[in-house]
Amino acid sequence: MIIQLKNVTRSFSGPKGKVIALNDVSLYLSSGEMLAINGPSGCGKSTLLMTAAGMLKPDQGDVLFGEDDHPYNLPPDRRSRLRAGLIGFVFQQFHLIPYLTVRENIIIPSLSILDKVLDRRAQELIQQFGLHDRADHVPSQLSTGERQRTALARALFNRPKIIMADEPTGNLDDENADIVLKHLGRYVSEGGSVLLVTHNAGAAYYATRILKMRDGRLLQ
Amino acid sequence: MKIQHLVLKEIIHRKLNFSLSVFATLIATASLIGSIVLLRVHDIKTQSILQEKEAKLQERMDILKDDMRKAMLILGFNVVILPKDQNLADWYSDDYSAKDMPEAYVDRLANSDILSIRHLLPSLQQKIEWPERRRKIILVGTRGEVPNLHQTPQKPMVQPVPFGSITLGYELHRSMDIRVNDTVKLMGKMFTVNKCYDERGNQDDITAWINLKEAQELLGKEGRISAILALECLCTGNSLPIIRKEIAAILPDTQVIERESRALARAEARTKVAQEAAMTLEKEKLARETIRHEMERMASILIPVILLACALWIAFMGFINVRSRREEIGILRAVGVSARDIFMLFTWKHLSIGILGGFLGLVLGTILPFMSSGPDQVIQIGVVGSLIFWLGLGALSMIGASFLSIVAGWIPAMIASRQDPAEVLRGE
Repeated sequence: MIIQLKNVTRSFSGPKGKVIALNDVSLYLSSGEMLAINGPSGCGKSTLLMTAAGMLKPDQGDVLFGEDDHPYNLPPDRRSRLRAGLIGFVFQQFHLIPYLTVRENIIIPSLSILDKVLDRRAQELIQQFGLHDRADHVPSQLSTGERQRTALARALFNRPKIIMADEPTGNLDDENADIVLKHLGRYVSEGGSVLLVTHNAGAAYYATRILKMRDGRLLQ
Repeated sequence: MKIQHLVLKEIIHRKLNFSLSVFATLIATASLIGSIVLLRVHDIKTQSILQEKEAKLQERMDILKDDMRKAMLILGFNVVILPKDQNLADWYSDDYSAKDMPEAYVDRLANSDILSIRHLLPSLQQKIEWPERRRKIILVGTRGEVPNLHQTPQKPMVQPVPFGSITLGYELHRSMDIRVNDTVKLMGKMFTVNKCYDERGNQDDITAWINLKEAQELLGKEGRISAILALECLCTGNSLPIIRKEIAAILPDTQVIERESRALARAEARTKVAQEAAMTLEKEKLARETIRHEMERMASILIPVILLACALWIAFMGFINVRSRREEIGILRAVGVSARDIFMLFTWKHLSIGILGGFLGLVLGTILPFMSSGPDQVIQIGVVGSLIFWLGLGALSMIGASFLSIVAGWIPAMIASRQDPAEVLRGE
């Protein structure tokens, strides 16, 4: 198991009082697995993803990276480093840096590191995602599909063991959604793991396991 | 990727925010540098004005000295006629005669046909203790000028002290706080103060002058005098021996000495002129110093206010920048960029603001005071300012502006580095 969540509970205070986003959630993600989580909006899918990624500390329960790494016991900077080496993120809104080119956005996880190898890795990903014609364009000059492919390439830049994808196809047409899912499927087939939060029905085709979520609980 | 590269790209992307921060740094630096350069320009101008005035005064002094020299050539000199038994060594050391002679001598001299002697001033002098004030003073009785019957009547040079009046030297009236028209008691007799002299720096400062008759009564020396001063004696060349001979023929038991030479008078005149010139220069210097102090005072109030306002503005721009980059910071943190690197990202940006603002502020702060000083002085001031001064100014503007910008941007940078990526990305 590459990630485990054990009886995780997470709540937020909202305008109408306390909102329980995760209620006693337990799950695991194994190597070479694409776990898809489906559910209506506001059921706690994104909170689950953030908590599993070591970015949102649970109120109760435990999160483990591997067998015995407790990310929330680490100081923030060490947790950042651990996360950077282990997890890549893909979001519905792409979250590309608007003033950087495709190449620079892909390479951004290596900020403050100067290495020729990193340039080669960026070039490799540009080729892999069919962005070679767009490498020197900024996000505003890209189509939505190209933006998401750039975001996916950025997520893979550090060769993470896990990709956490939050509605990666939410803003894409069917064709581009399929391209993104194919890339994720290919990543899994190469030994990576994907925790995918999605509404997309096509994701079922690529997912090795699908969990449904409602009101902060996972339904078997 | 280097942090500096990301900073540069962001600066180009958000030009307005960067420009407004640079502008604030520019204003802060230009104010500081401008005030320093203004003071420097003022100092150099002062130096130039004083040098110019000094040269002009020197020129005027030379003309004045020459005029005085010419005037002195036609002036006479002063002699003192003393009793023959007066020890000259004592007279030179005490500057008054302790011996006396008949008052009639002065009339005898005035009635004689001697032509070289003019303006005769008999006096009775004695060092006494002013019993009512317990002070040692020199009491001088004088009757003013005795007219020479064989010469054309002239305006008297010295007026007599009226009966019942007393004239006091500087040290006497100053130390006893006596003023004109005060009444004082001297040896049991009441006198009204008719004059108080300014400081002369000699025995006159401890001298009291009264009417000769009253002095003779007080000292018990009726009909006696101790010296006759003859002013502006008419003579050419070295004529003192001739005068001595003439006086000896009329007043055999007296001796004649020269009181003040023309050279001394000339030297005094020269000193006076030089003193006047120095005073004029000193006044000008003082006026310029006063202006400088005013400028310093204004700068010491204004500059901190401007620096604070600019720092607040830079901080405000920093907060806006952090706020508009929330998503960017969130994603950077999510992909593993450390809080330290995020902090450095903002600090590098503020360093860039400081360097650019500092440079522009240095240029503006230097140009404006120069322009205000007029084109004719620009080159002069530019040349006079030493290399060390300009290097120091350059270093101050660059380091000072960078420091100001980094300090002002510290809190926004801290806030950025402490942003929770989950909070940011969930919010987005």
